[in-house]
Amino acid sequence: MSSNGYLLEVRHVSQIYRSGNRQFVALQDVNLAVKEGEFLCLLGPSGCGKSTLLRIITGLQRPTEGVVLYRGQPLRGVNPHATIVFQTFALFPWLTVLENVEVALKARGVPPKLRTARAMDLLDRVGLDGFELAYPRELSGGMRQKVGFARAMAVEPELLCLDEPFSALDVLSAEALRGELLELWTEGKIPTRAILMVTHNIEEAVFMADRIVVMEKDPGRVVAEMTVELPHPRQRRSPEFLKLVDEVYGLLAGQTQPEHVEMGAAPGEPGRVRALPPITINDLAGLLEHVAEMPEHRHDIYRLAHELRVDPDHLLQLTETAELLGFATIGKGDIVLTPLGETFAEASILARKEIFATRIRRLPMFRWLLSMLNVAEGRRLKRDVILRALELEFPPGEAEKQLETIINWGRYAEIIAYDDTTETIFLE
Amino acid sequence: MRRREIPILRERTVSPEEALSKKPRLRRNIFRIEQPFERGFSGSDIVVLIGIAVLIYVGVRLALQAPETVAGPTISLSPRMLPYYALRSVGRMAAAYFLSLTFTLLYGRLAAYNRRAELVLLPLLDVLQSVPILSFLPVVLLSLSAILPERAAAELASIVLIFTSQAWNMTFAWYQSLTTIPVELREASAIFRFNGWLRFKVLELPFAAISLIWNSMMSWAGGWFFLMAAEIFTVGQRDFRLPGLGAYLQEAANQGDTRAILWGIGTLVLVIVALDQLVWRPLLAWADRFKLEMVEGENPPTSWFYDLLRSAHILERLSHRVWRPLSERVDAWFIRRTAAEAGLEKPGRPYFFYLLVLLMGLGLAYGAVRAALMLATVPAHQWGEIGLGVLATLLRVSASLLIALAWTIPVGVAIGTNPRVAAYMQPIVQIVASIPATALFPVFLLFIVGLPGGLNIAAIALMLTGTQWYLLFNVIAGASAIPQDLKYTSALIGLSQWERWRTLILPALFPYIITGAITASGGAWNASIVAEHVEFGGQKLHTIGIGALIAHATGTGDYPLLLASTLAMVLTVVLINRLFWRRLYRLAEEQYRME
Repeated sequence: MSSNGYLLEVRHVSQIYRSGNRQFVALQDVNLAVKEGEFLCLLGPSGCGKSTLLRIITGLQRPTEGVVLYRGQPLRGVNPHATIVFQTFALFPWLTVLENVEVALKARGVPPKLRTARAMDLLDRVGLDGFELAYPRELSGGMRQKVGFARAMAVEPELLCLDEPFSALDVLSAEALRGELLELWTEGKIPTRAILMVTHNIEEAVFMADRIVVMEKDPGRVVAEMTVELPHPRQRRSPEFLKLVDEVYGLLAGQTQPEHVEMGAAPGEPGRVRALPPITINDLAGLLEHVAEMPEHRHDIYRLAHELRVDPDHLLQLTETAELLGFATIGKGDIVLTPLGETFAEASILARKEIFATRIRRLPMFRWLLSMLNVAEGRRLKRDVILRALELEFPPGEAEKQLETIINWGRYAEIIAYDDTTETIFLE
Repeated sequence: MRRREIPILRERTVSPEEALSKKPRLRRNIFRIEQPFERGFSGSDIVVLIGIAVLIYVGVRLALQAPETVAGPTISLSPRMLPYYALRSVGRMAAAYFLSLTFTLLYGRLAAYNRRAELVLLPLLDVLQSVPILSFLPVVLLSLSAILPERAAAELASIVLIFTSQAWNMTFAWYQSLTTIPVELREASAIFRFNGWLRFKVLELPFAAISLIWNSMMSWAGGWFFLMAAEIFTVGQRDFRLPGLGAYLQEAANQGDTRAILWGIGTLVLVIVALDQLVWRPLLAWADRFKLEMVEGENPPTSWFYDLLRSAHILERLSHRVWRPLSERVDAWFIRRTAAEAGLEKPGRPYFFYLLVLLMGLGLAYGAVRAALMLATVPAHQWGEIGLGVLATLLRVSASLLIALAWTIPVGVAIGTNPRVAAYMQPIVQIVASIPATALFPVFLLFIVGLPGGLNIAAIALMLTGTQWYLLFNVIAGASAIPQDLKYTSALIGLSQWERWRTLILPALFPYIITGAITASGGAWNASIVAEHVEFGGQKLHTIGIGALIAHATGTGDYPLLLASTLAMVLTVVLINRLFWRRLYRLAEEQYRME
């Protein structure tokens, strides 16, 4: 079997979870390849299956369908040439910094003296000399992740996998650590052949990767690929950089569709049911107010992320909500308020509730719920009844989140109420 | 719109502290019982109960050959013998404990990692932990003395009994730890290719350490109760006593030797306190490093003995000279072994498994039939006695619980809500409560025997000694956990004393009272075996009750009755636990837990 020069190939990989006779597609027919010397980013919103894909690639999880080839050979079990740097560091809290690095070498049978020397050397390189005997809980988040990097590099992996390695860090240490990793990588100071990073942070992807694979959710799939040809070190304020970021936002924020497509079907009807973004109305109002202050009530979505200091993932859920409720339209990475959106942004608290109520009554999910409540005895239904119905449309955990959002929105709009002790939902 | 102000209802990136603190906090709380899962009666419970019935039947069958008379040891009341007796008692405890620990590690691992095994092992554990262990004592003693020399049989029976009292909660703790290890740590040990040994040493054991130590402490405390009962057990011509602190106390009470009684109690308290200070506290202080939280704890457990060892550099030297080289060798050996085995996939053995299940099923069915046949020989009037006995004991257990509740709630609240009182009462209460109630039975009898109502009332008092402490502890813990601001609020809005109890104190205490009551009623049922039938100073005293019936059947060698009454007691307690206590517990956890 030839390896086509690829270090890693993912062919027709699908991950499907079944519960009863329903099935949920976490990953649908994913294909990708990683060349030697490449820094590849898997970028997508939460729930798009990118972390699952990383686990399949490293062999921690077996895909339902498809195959992973490593140097042309199908992967069986955990890939011995790959390691992961985890989002939550995954350090053993009861081992010192040095022991945490050493234990990875010990598992490979490296004798004690060599092991300690190598671990010390690596800790030195990531700038942790002097902290060898500290316990992870004594370190800051950034330093903990450095231990994570040192441990991963200690086993000299050919493929270094990074699972959102910077997203649990504060802004400053994340930025510093990104720079240091890029330095080690671009100057060839580590024997790693390729890096595969999973992230939901668009700027981070454009800042670091040679190539970005963009993924979408429902079902998790690859929707686009783009190469980043800017030389390192990249300038975040340069027009080329911003253009790329805007482009990716455009891809991920989508394009406002005609209303019936946008809203999807009601539960029980044919067609896909549109999941409600898990957003609180306060956040939405904040977003609309901010955009309303812009000229022509129009704004770049990627700039919003900066100005509002929100996580890109959360921001995209907010713009999606605005779009779904008809408060804004989205196109080419820009958000534009509709007249209704402007009115909402300027309205009083009570008027907002009224507008919001009329809008969510139009959503198939609420139409369905209200019609059920209207015919129910005493105009009330047990929470479980609705949950069961939603579980036919969504995976179990997601169904619960959907119900939580429904109750949250419905309470704000004062169209439904929920009694937690009796677990019943009823019409206001 | 700034992120900080947004209520948390949406999905967001998880900080490591959050992700790692998913481990339930209750693991630190010794006052909570591990209640494994919500479920009613299922098929597997029936199988487990039948299994237990068959086990008792086998024991009873063996007992047919038990000697008619068993001569007891001579117990000397000289205080000079006390160190020896203490050593014997501690030795039994230690043997049983290591047996429990080994069992725990194997059983818990199997249940956690093998789906098919889990289906059987968990219900089994669940039933076993609610069975009144002491009701097995006669069966175990008789059956062992049929196949072993008398003294060895009694020794082994005490160890088996203590084992059965220690193992279950430890096993649950280990099982729960194994199943709650954070995914990332598991993935990290997989991606760095830890072998089974390294995973056990670096991940599983450290992760479970604190919970295992707490549960070991609980097991030791419970173990004393059963050890004392096993050391003083005598019926008719059969004297199963063992040389130890329990027997010493009983002999002292028998002879009415107050000095010896005081010596005995003093030694017992000394041993328990010494073990606590020299073994468990240092272990806890040392194990603090195994906590998962990524932040420094507020008040980590301390131990003067541990500090002493550390400042003398004894631990350090031991670790350098002995522990490190040794563990390095062991690790290397395991790594070499797995390297040799790598690539060899273990063949699955489903046929073997099914064959085993089939054989066990057949054995079980055969045993069940034989047990049923034996039960059929029990005459109707004896069944009547059993029913009456169960009812009488149930009444006694309830009475002792009510009395305990009546005094522990006010006293516990008084101690718990007043930090100053709590500070000096807590250690005193702890020491008093650490004395196993069974050790004091003979002493209590001295005072109670002459009272009107005889053993009928006395048995309640004896049970009370076993039940009240659990309750008191829990009420104190509950009262001190009532948030200060709620206390202020209820004072500010001018609630009357009664209103305050009704709206704040009692609801806040509810989960704690339930937890305490579950343990307490278990203790009371157990105590009934020793409390309803006593032989004291040559007199035999007994009253109506299932415990008395079991003891009577043991004494007269009425084996069908022994089987029937033991089984009746087990069934009753398991049913009450399932249908009554567990429901209350769930209600308490869901509605009244302040967290």
